[in-house]
Amino acid sequence: MEFIRRNPLFRTPPVVLALAIMLAATSALPARAQDWVKVGTNLGVQHIRLAVADFNPGTTDPQTYSLKGIFDQTLYSDLTNAGVFDMVSKSMSPPVMPSSPKEIQLSQWSAPPANAQMVVFGSFGAAGGQIDVQGFLFDTRNQQSPQVLGKQFTDAANAQDARDIAHRFADEIILRLTGINGIAESKVYYVVGHGMHKEIWVMDYDGQNQHQVTHLGTDSNGPSISPDNSKLAFASFGKYGWQIRVLSMKTHRYLYFHEPGGTALSPAWSPDGKQLAYSLSANGNPDIYVCNANGTNLHRITAFLGPNVSPVWNPKTGSQIAWVSGMTGLPQIYTMDSDGSNVARMTDGGYATSPSWSPNGQFLTFAWNRNYGPGAPGGEDIYLMDIATHRWVQLTHGEGVNDFPSWSPDGRHIVFQRRIGNRTNIWMMLADGSHQQQLTHNGDSRMPDWSWK
Amino acid sequence: MTHAYRNSLLLSAGLVVMLGLSGCHKKVATVSTPSAPPPSTAPAPTASITATPDTVTEGTPVVLTWRTTDATSVSIDGIGQVETAGTMTETPTQSTEYHLVATGPGGTTDASARVTVNPAAAPKMKESNITEAVFEQNVKPIFFNFDSYKIRPDAQITIQDDANYLIQHPNINVVIGGYCDDRGSVEYNLALGENRANAAKQALVSAGVSPDRLRTVSYGKEKQFCTEQTESCWQLNRRSQFTMDTSNQ
Repeated sequence: MEFIRRNPLFRTPPVVLALAIMLAATSALPARAQDWVKVGTNLGVQHIRLAVADFNPGTTDPQTYSLKGIFDQTLYSDLTNAGVFDMVSKSMSPPVMPSSPKEIQLSQWSAPPANAQMVVFGSFGAAGGQIDVQGFLFDTRNQQSPQVLGKQFTDAANAQDARDIAHRFADEIILRLTGINGIAESKVYYVVGHGMHKEIWVMDYDGQNQHQVTHLGTDSNGPSISPDNSKLAFASFGKYGWQIRVLSMKTHRYLYFHEPGGTALSPAWSPDGKQLAYSLSANGNPDIYVCNANGTNLHRITAFLGPNVSPVWNPKTGSQIAWVSGMTGLPQIYTMDSDGSNVARMTDGGYATSPSWSPNGQFLTFAWNRNYGPGAPGGEDIYLMDIATHRWVQLTHGEGVNDFPSWSPDGRHIVFQRRIGNRTNIWMMLADGSHQQQLTHNGDSRMPDWSWK
Repeated sequence: MTHAYRNSLLLSAGLVVMLGLSGCHKKVATVSTPSAPPPSTAPAPTASITATPDTVTEGTPVVLTWRTTDATSVSIDGIGQVETAGTMTETPTQSTEYHLVATGPGGTTDASARVTVNPAAAPKMKESNITEAVFEQNVKPIFFNFDSYKIRPDAQITIQDDANYLIQHPNINVVIGGYCDDRGSVEYNLALGENRANAAKQALVSAGVSPDRLRTVSYGKEKQFCTEQTESCWQLNRRSQFTMDTSNQ
């Protein structure tokens, strides 16, 4: 209803209005669609103007300066990436580095040109191979008790730990100011390589700290991290073809997974982490099956001739599954209850694949080529659809060939694969399609899966 | 050149089998025929040669034993001059006829013994001598329309030929690989490739091939036969490809 009240169309004459409603019912108009997207993804909240001071060097240890640079940069970019702050650029900030509440002069920050409502500051020092960070969040307009947050962090003195502290502090600030957990500590699992030679990798949400997870020497793809980050499921090409592998992220050992044989693809965890849905061709047709986390209690939930693949659970309820089916020809997105009932087709044509379900259960994002066909240029973009109304909005617009969108845990971001020429990389954007940024640069990264927290 | 060489190997393997069938009952072949009218003053030589055993697998030795009378010179083809009587060990690499010639004042006499040599591996390996190239010449891939796993009429003809060959070679098991062109999504194409492989499997089963011999694998768009962005190239990539299943050997 928020959508209707904000919509300027409703000030127009009744005839035009009726036409507009009919039009809106069949196809979305991106300009207006932005509104419901912003409301549904919490991107539409009023943005707090936030300043971040460079931290005061707490020691004269030579490591302090190099690591503090990493910390300052990571903290600022985490808060920028959150997408819900009106960030004060560093050039507009007062040229000071207050280390403690005693040193900060709030009027410096609330006055132009910074005009900050909130300010982040503190000290960062390395000594004896250890980092010590004091961080504060102050409300510039509350002279009586300005402190919103005060935190202390200690970790080993290296670049990754400096980044991790920045991520943790950023998430504390985001939670306090927005009420929603941040994504700064989240991970993106993805695939590096091409053809029959692919391995699963993982990186921080901002593209830093990339490292290889699997070393199977074959084609492994479709990573799916469990909601508690303890298990990674994926499809891997073995001696007899495609099978599901489950890797314990705690012990780095492969766990037993019961499979009846046949091509097995695209595993997806249920939100309680107790079940997997995947595509299995046990009887000659790829269908969606559901099983326990170790593969037992396997049962088929679709019976539609043609390719059925890429299931994802409704993370909010765990009672629905979206998937891709070629039952009518070109692949389309469908939803159903997790027992296979109440099948509903979501897309009305074209070539639609790779669904991901938003954490609040309201949206699907997926790759769609609305004009796909023999001889048609491959214009595949990322779309977002409101499940209840089937209204959709296009998030990418013909820049490269885009696929495999995956929601961030805060529901405000989408990570995806983009191929430009013959180079494929991972990108991230806000869920309204803005602030697109490239996370990998090796030209051979694909199929990202964003962790649940 | 590789093909010609493989074909000749196959041909000689076939000959061995045929010769082996015709010759394997004769344990000793002894011939003693005077080749010329004997002079009144000297008797014609006599000769005999045996090979034990007369059928071996490749790499196994055989014992040759020969006797002659009234001979001054005895030779065995491929070995050379030998004593007028003796034994020796030979390890023939292929089926061989040991031909002995005994010459004396009374004339010339010959004798021979056959050894049939089977290939080194088990008899079932006769099928495995069919190379991948020969197999692919006989069991051809089938092609699909865009985003489809339906068997086309042209593919149905190919399937019939493929099935006939497989029925004639019942010891060959087959992997059916399903392939897609490189447009569209990786994961969806893996599922579509599985449908294509299965469609080919069902068509072969309908044509009389036992399903136990057929295994499906999807390569989706992970492996490409042709990498240009043209319709003819895409067509080449939309296929079910048949290969010999060696996973159980």
